[in-house]
Amino acid sequence: MSTFVAALLNSLDIGMLLFVIASGLTIVFGVLGVLNFAHGALYMLGAYFALTAVRWIELPFWAALVIVPFAVAILAAAVERLALRRIYARHPTQALLLTFAFLLILNDAVRMIWGPGYQIIDPPRALTGTFVLAGAVYPLYSLFVIASGAAVGLAVWLLFSRTLIGKRIRAAALDRDMALAVGIDVPRLYTLVFAFGAWLAAFGGALAAPMRALGPAMGDRIIIESFIIVVIGGLGSFPGALLGALILGALHGFGGRWFPQFDIVWPYVGMALVLLLRPHGLLGRSA
Amino acid sequence: MTGRGAARRVTLLALLAVLAAWPWLAPYFAIFLMTEILILGLFAASFNLLFGYTGLLSFGHAAYFGTGAYVAALLLRDMAPPFLAVLAAAAVGAAVVALVIGWFSVRLTEVYFAMLTLAFGMMVYALVHQWRGLTGGSDGVAGFPLTAPLPGVAVNIADPVNYYYLTLILVAVSAYVLHRITVSPFGLILRSLRENSERASFAGVPVRRYRLAAFVVSGLFSGLAGALFAPFNRIAVPEMAHWTQSAEPVLMTILGGSQYFFGPFLGAGVFLLLRQWITSYTQEWMFFLGVILAFLVVFLPRGLLGLFDRWLGGRS
Repeated sequence: MSTFVAALLNSLDIGMLLFVIASGLTIVFGVLGVLNFAHGALYMLGAYFALTAVRWIELPFWAALVIVPFAVAILAAAVERLALRRIYARHPTQALLLTFAFLLILNDAVRMIWGPGYQIIDPPRALTGTFVLAGAVYPLYSLFVIASGAAVGLAVWLLFSRTLIGKRIRAAALDRDMALAVGIDVPRLYTLVFAFGAWLAAFGGALAAPMRALGPAMGDRIIIESFIIVVIGGLGSFPGALLGALILGALHGFGGRWFPQFDIVWPYVGMALVLLLRPHGLLGRSA
Repeated sequence: MTGRGAARRVTLLALLAVLAAWPWLAPYFAIFLMTEILILGLFAASFNLLFGYTGLLSFGHAAYFGTGAYVAALLLRDMAPPFLAVLAAAAVGAAVVALVIGWFSVRLTEVYFAMLTLAFGMMVYALVHQWRGLTGGSDGVAGFPLTAPLPGVAVNIADPVNYYYLTLILVAVSAYVLHRITVSPFGLILRSLRENSERASFAGVPVRRYRLAAFVVSGLFSGLAGALFAPFNRIAVPEMAHWTQSAEPVLMTILGGSQYFFGPFLGAGVFLLLRQWITSYTQEWMFFLGVILAFLVVFLPRGLLGLFDRWLGGRS
């Protein structure tokens, strides 16, 4: 029982973190049609910004968690204005290539600024302990990650379904030209959505920082896993990102416990199967 | 056009002459560099048969490159047949893997195709990484002998100059074959699929079958490149099948120009020269590569050859 509970908590912990990150990827794709290869690098930037905020500026971790995603979002907005905006009209694979270039730049920029070694951040003092659930001993911080993921997910869902800006974004995603015609400032909305996607990635990075080692290639694994999640759930589908993240979390939490040797291959098998049987994902709209 | 065609032929012959005389012209280390440029140029050119000509962005081409590398390394380690037989077996092996993966992948297009090829590529990576009994896992396959090219041909290909010539001949022949394919009726149909696959399908072209054929040819030559690469490095490692290896031909092709047959070769040359040059100052050369790539995608989507073309007053 206790191993099952531990595996379940592990799945949720990984799954909710991946959900926060992957939801940013899927929202950007759904609205802009850009599959952002640099999304994992933005996650990494979130983690390293948090490191700097906590260790060098000596902010409390809570403050870093709030400020860091906005800093990364502002950076992303600038990049959207300067580069990404120029290629929306082109073939979608061009955006994949451009964002791949951002990935290369950010990976090495992090190596230059923070060094190639691994670094760690301590979790805030209030969350350093453990708790016991059905015999499984588990770090308190993981519970915080699960709760934060759920809270952010709920907030994003409310934003899209209940607010005017959310309605405008959905309108622009459905029909860009019609949205422009009824007076929605679509170019500004695109900047906003790209920045918001970066915000989610960076929030995930700052959130993950106290439980994962920070290294310059930490985003590479995350971007591949995020791709898998959004493909499984359906590219552009927000509930799909939740489903995909929970599936991937479960593959890690349970598969890692009982079939460790296949840990790296199952996600790819799942992604390939979904692409072949339901190319638009489990919860995606067929275009 | 005939003037341009003649100029192109003269340029090509001059280039071949320089490549043939390279071991006399260049310092010793440059022989290794040029061998690598030729091998990765072939890899990028075979990738571009799918990307530039057929309009499919594969992010899993390291699967065939890696298959070629491993088949070659394992054959040399366990059976040591003549080297050309090793290369042929490796290329065919990679083509078979491409046939299986391609059979599934050509059902999709655009980012879905890119993601599916990425997934399959990583499955191949996982396989060579986890199958320790055969592949040695993350240690790779090393310590294999380099055999004579053919029985009775006593050329020691462990000598870098001989290996360079072997590579040059095989890459030149492969490039010729690939070029013939791109200008053949088959190649023209591939281009029509890139431009408008729906219209091609209305005209009666079996779209998937043509895409699959291009996929397999591309995999075959990628496998040959991998089979040349592993003995060149004296080792086959799982990273040769990783998605970061798949990214290299993509970068090289964009750099050189995907609309041009020789774009991937030029891209491979510039890529490796830049790496050589920048890594002598800093380890973080990917940063500069990223800046260059971003600049090219935004301002010069036709690559370096597109830029030359414009300077020479060609197509706008």
